[in-house]
Amino acid sequence: MIDDQPTNFYMLGTMGLSSSIGLGVALAQDKTVISIDGDGSVLTNFGTLPTIANNVADNFILLIVDNGSYGSTGDQPTYAGKKTSLAAVAKACGCENVIECQDKDTGEVLQKAIDSKKMTIIVCKCDSGNIKLPVITMDPVVIRDRFMKSVQA
Amino acid sequence: MSINTKIVDDFVANGIEFVTTVPCKQLAGVIDEVEARPEIYHIPSNKEDEGMGLCAGAFMGGKRPAIIMQNTAIGVTINTLVTLTQYYRMPLPMLISYRGELREPVACQVEMAVHTKALLNQLNIPTYHFHKESDAEELDTILKYTFMCNKPVAILTDASFWGGYGDQ
Repeated sequence: MIDDQPTNFYMLGTMGLSSSIGLGVALAQDKTVISIDGDGSVLTNFGTLPTIANNVADNFILLIVDNGSYGSTGDQPTYAGKKTSLAAVAKACGCENVIECQDKDTGEVLQKAIDSKKMTIIVCKCDSGNIKLPVITMDPVVIRDRFMKSVQA
Repeated sequence: MSINTKIVDDFVANGIEFVTTVPCKQLAGVIDEVEARPEIYHIPSNKEDEGMGLCAGAFMGGKRPAIIMQNTAIGVTINTLVTLTQYYRMPLPMLISYRGELREPVACQVEMAVHTKALLNQLNIPTYHFHKESDAEELDTILKYTFMCNKPVAILTDASFWGGYGDQ
């Protein structure tokens, strides 16, 4: 679990765009940006991978939580859990640093990616299933405003 | 001064430094101009909703964004416009080629043109329509308005504005 903090930006309803928003933030300023996305979301916005590959921001990390299922809608299987490898797709799109890891190794892999100061795509393979968490009720303008203030700080 | 230069001059004068584009024949000249300007980071998108995500991120990272696209994009970006750009109240000038209007040679383009203004109206998106080249005199004011109110704003530019499609 990551606690709530002002440096978190919660994308509440625009499935697929976490990586695009994160890349935009990374290209606009120097602080490290980690976009956390799901395999289903990346499948929804596959066009993001060539854009990331061709607009290198070394302060950008895309962490794809790949559980092979659409977790928020009832764990229907995704193609990423079948024959499609997101790591292979990212490499084919031109992303230079692509790491596939198991869930238990994510912390170490993520820290190495941060320290490397190279744009990195991490595909974290894990089991499907959600822990019980409340819906985010914070006002979107508040989320955006406190995020922008902490980016500028 | 060409209309493409004038448009991008207005972008730069209003502090726009991050522009994403999805191409259109009518917009080719303005896209070339965006690419040529050192003041602007030009990032082509594969799809317009992806581009709006990039713009949202750039805005939160401290850069003023803009998107250049066709009106057909309204059909694919409604969810992004309402759940991202409007919901988080972010500014986004949208320079849109208004395909399917007078002088259009491709019939299929008309099918989206007839819905364009109705959809923008339904979304409460302030909309300006450039039909003659002199209409672009208002672009500077429209950009100032966009960053004043933190809303997506549509600037529809039809074939007459761009001087038609040449000999047909």
